[in-house]
Amino acid sequence: MTDHQPDDNNSEGLDESRRDFLKHSSLLTAMALTPSTVLKAASSQWDERLAGAFEKISLSLEVNGTKHSLAIEPRVTLLDLLREQLALTGTKKGCDYGQCGACTVHVDGRRVLACMSLAVMQEGRKVTTIEGLAGGDTLHPMQEAFVKHDGLQCGYCTPGQIMSAVACIREGHANSAEEIQEYMSGNLCRCGAYPNIVAAIMEVKKEGKKL
Amino acid sequence: MNNFQYIRTTSTKAAIDAVAKDPDARFIAGGTNLLDLMKRGIVSPEKLVDISRLPLNKIEREASGVRIGAMALNSEVAENAFIKEKFPLLAQALQAGASAQLRNMATVGGNILQRTRCHYFYDTSLPCNKREPGTGCGALEGNNHMHAIFGFSEKCIAVHPSDMCVALAALDATVLVSGPTGDRKIAFADFHRLPGDKPHVDTVLEKNELITAVTLPDSPFTKNVHYLKVRERASYAFALVSVAAGLQLENDTIQRACLAMGGVAHKPWRLASAEKALIGKKVTEATFRQAAEIAMQGAKSFEHNAYKLKLAPNAIVQALKTAAGIA
Ligand SMILES: Cc1cc2nc3c(=O)[nH]c(=O)nc-3n(C[C@H](O)[C@H](O)[C@H](O)COP(=O)(O)OP(=O)(O)OC[C@H]3O[C@@H](n4cnc5c(N)ncnc54)[C@H](O)[C@@H]3O)c2cc1C
Ligand code: FES
Ligand code: FES
Repeated sequence: MTDHQPDDNNSEGLDESRRDFLKHSSLLTAMALTPSTVLKAASSQWDERLAGAFEKISLSLEVNGTKHSLAIEPRVTLLDLLREQLALTGTKKGCDYGQCGACTVHVDGRRVLACMSLAVMQEGRKVTTIEGLAGGDTLHPMQEAFVKHDGLQCGYCTPGQIMSAVACIREGHANSAEEIQEYMSGNLCRCGAYPNIVAAIMEVKKEGKKL
Repeated sequence: MNNFQYIRTTSTKAAIDAVAKDPDARFIAGGTNLLDLMKRGIVSPEKLVDISRLPLNKIEREASGVRIGAMALNSEVAENAFIKEKFPLLAQALQAGASAQLRNMATVGGNILQRTRCHYFYDTSLPCNKREPGTGCGALEGNNHMHAIFGFSEKCIAVHPSDMCVALAALDATVLVSGPTGDRKIAFADFHRLPGDKPHVDTVLEKNELITAVTLPDSPFTKNVHYLKVRERASYAFALVSVAAGLQLENDTIQRACLAMGGVAHKPWRLASAEKALIGKKVTEATFRQAAEIAMQGAKSFEHNAYKLKLAPNAIVQALKTAAGIA
């Protein structure tokens, strides 16, 4: 380390490289440093504590109507954030590679895969998970329909199926069994509950309730 | 997944500067391909520059044709009323790709730049010249049932996996690019490379260049079009072979044709001589069969993909028949 040891809360004692870094980073909103960049930081005489403090990024996010102010590593996916930091384990991790749909949630009203989304990239957005769908003790019409039509066996894919199904109707892609099959193809069900899932969606669509 | 520095900006210039400055920095848009590759350790950028909030997501009519911002989502393009009316082949191709969720995340720029789905590229314990130059092509003598029948080299026989790009090739798209030294336009046919002896280089885009938009000229292919995708299950799977076909008809005579294939080469495969051969001909199955034969000239298969030598011409005929309304 260099001979000057600047105080964490005081930028006065910063050496040139750190000053430069801060200037550039505020320009670009640089928000985190990797461990390897921390090493580089050390070799280019930045203060390690400062670099360390950059590892977590602040994130504000609204989940099921509740605003959260969080601090997370940039590599955390939205799925891991929901399950591991917010204890919302209704959203499932089936594959973690975008291949099964178990992690489907709505972000600003669009259905997306939480496992393929970086949480930091969702700054300021509104997330709805399966936990946010029911109104208190009253099930959402799609949940009711899944129960009625036996749209599940083991239930692992079900939260993703239901989130996707709600979006499928809202998008206007539930006008026939074939259309539902095509637009629900991103949600796999190893138990093969497909016919019942389609029947549940058809019924909710037919009821014509606003979802 | 290794950790990385994260930068978000709403300025196109700042994004380009940030990537230009750092050899280990990458743009991230929808993240649906990049995060997949990062989780598997195939790429490990030290810095991600989030471009998803750049003001490049508009779909705009131009004096002639359309300009589609690179940040437009695949679902937004596929559902856009103007695209559906004037470029239905593009809408169909997009709709055939991935799933509803992924199309809500994937951007136009990211789709063009998605990497191959070759199993040898994906498995870091196996050799792959595309992932690690010099290690050899595992697919050449290995399981090559998904692989190329056109334009390959002994260094790489992988295929480009995009559906959207097959339609863009058929519709004569242009890719608009911005870099540290300015802007340039790249004809779609020149954008993706053949593997040659540098299979690790997929496209002619420089690392610090940003795709800002794709433009399409006015198209006569508004009515008689079809995107046919043949895959191992009915939906949510990559193409074994796909065909984008468009016909401009007067009565039953072909005035113009556009034709491209996916799943057969390292890049979206335009079938220019087959297109020419269709002009002035009557719409019949025989006409289409003849065009398919021309399209298949020079095709060569490997141990497990000989089926593509039959599947591809049949798919061309079927796509053309459907486009012409005689399927
Ligand atoms: C399970 C699964 C199934 C799929 N099935 C299909 C399918 O059937 N058909 C199909 O076509 N695709 C399919 N895909 C691929 C999908 O279409 C791509 O992952 C997606 O289009 C990539 O877009 P993105 O915005 O998420 O790119 P990202 O992952 O954000 O980026 C991909 C690459 O492009 C670079 N990049 C992104 N935008 C720009 C830009 N504007 N300028 C410069 N560089 C940029 C990034 O640095 C990165 O290297 C599938 C994907 C998955 C996970
Ligand atoms: S866990 Fe996200 S798609 Fe499987
Ligand atoms: S109910 Fe078991 S996976 Fe769908």
